[in-house]
Amino acid sequence: MAEELKLFRSWSSPFALRAVHALKIKGLEYETILEDLKNKSDKLLEYNPIYKKVPVLVHNGKPICESLVILEYIDETWKQTPLLPQDPYEKAMARFWAKFGDDKVMQSVWTAFISQGKDQEEAIAQAGGDFRFLEEQLKGKKFFGGETIGYLDLAFGWFANLTGIMEVITGQKLVNAEEFPLLSAWINNFADDPVIKELWPPHYKMVEKFQAMREPYLKKVA
Amino acid sequence: MAEVKLFGVWASPFSRRIEMALKLKGVKYEFIEEDLKKKSPLLLKYNPVHKQIPVLVHNGKPIAESLVILEYIDETWEGPAILPKDPYERAQARFWAKFLDEKCIPAMWKACWSTGDEREKAREEVIEILGILDNEIKGKKFFGGDNIGLVDIAGNLIGYWFGIITELAGLEIVTEDKLPNFRKWINEYNNCSFVKENLPPKDKLIVFLKARFEAFNTSK
Repeated sequence: MAEELKLFRSWSSPFALRAVHALKIKGLEYETILEDLKNKSDKLLEYNPIYKKVPVLVHNGKPICESLVILEYIDETWKQTPLLPQDPYEKAMARFWAKFGDDKVMQSVWTAFISQGKDQEEAIAQAGGDFRFLEEQLKGKKFFGGETIGYLDLAFGWFANLTGIMEVITGQKLVNAEEFPLLSAWINNFADDPVIKELWPPHYKMVEKFQAMREPYLKKVA
Repeated sequence: MAEVKLFGVWASPFSRRIEMALKLKGVKYEFIEEDLKKKSPLLLKYNPVHKQIPVLVHNGKPIAESLVILEYIDETWEGPAILPKDPYERAQARFWAKFLDEKCIPAMWKACWSTGDEREKAREEVIEILGILDNEIKGKKFFGGDNIGLVDIAGNLIGYWFGIITELAGLEIVTEDKLPNFRKWINEYNNCSFVKENLPPKDKLIVFLKARFEAFNTSK
């Protein structure tokens, strides 16, 4: 019986990109349903009635929601090219840091992005506190997953994609290469990976989008 | 020889989740009671990121975040399964556990600690969110099926603490007409002997929570 795999996503959702990259790494064929988040399809609302968000992976008619849950589902269903480590402790660490990324790092990066002047300086310094932990995790490794991209790298994909875009928009360096050499290297290694590169949303479109998102927060300077 | 330590607080549902899981697997562990107003150097060393309990330390290696710890326990020790075997069922369990922590619990806290006009609005919000759970548990004894699983273990706060807190706050939330299936699960859960053994005594908890309510009310 042919497997039926569909992914509901939007052109730019970093959460959906996690699933896109995972499916590519696993070499899986699937149908993409591109959603306009201002005009969500009935199917999306049927498959994700609780959050009404992308991504949703639908496997043989059964929906899975929440990007990190989707990553684990993909990894457990298709065993080739494992995304998570085999060792339970290493696995726990990957899950812990992914949660840290979503709960803390996203917020501190966003705050640094929308603030200006002295506030922004402070916000960048605050974010640096989070980055220090990530720098530590990369000691002796090219990727969080080791030699190759894994679950935690995909979980932080948004970071690799957005930090550069945010720096272009704000003119401020979010990740200081001297202070965070391993994290800076990781951003480049991740972005340069052919699987990842090929599937990133267009740079100019992302700059446009984030510029618009920042607009309401800009204080009018007299 | 394997060494298992758990840093927790007797009144915390989050460390009780871990105790429930360890006991389910028959794992012997040392419990270290933390004073959250004066956290031990060991706790800060083992959880420098969040500086919170629970932290499980297995052979000197620390793991923090209760849902992460629960999965670790399931993957490390034999015994009754916390998560199902089937990948789709596992995804569902993870989804619902996340829903509890990210949606139900914050809505619950909001309702219990709100005052004035905010209170009724918060109360309606939590009923609406619990309505989603009510729908999910329909026709099932536990979220895990016939036996308790990840979601039931993670559900200790909403299954036990919530009832006590809402009573202290003078809030009626889990009613028969609005949340009949969820109500049924709460009864099933609280009557489950294994669950009962792993919850803090009600009278002690009431005293503890009452003091917190009083402190909150006087601070306003």
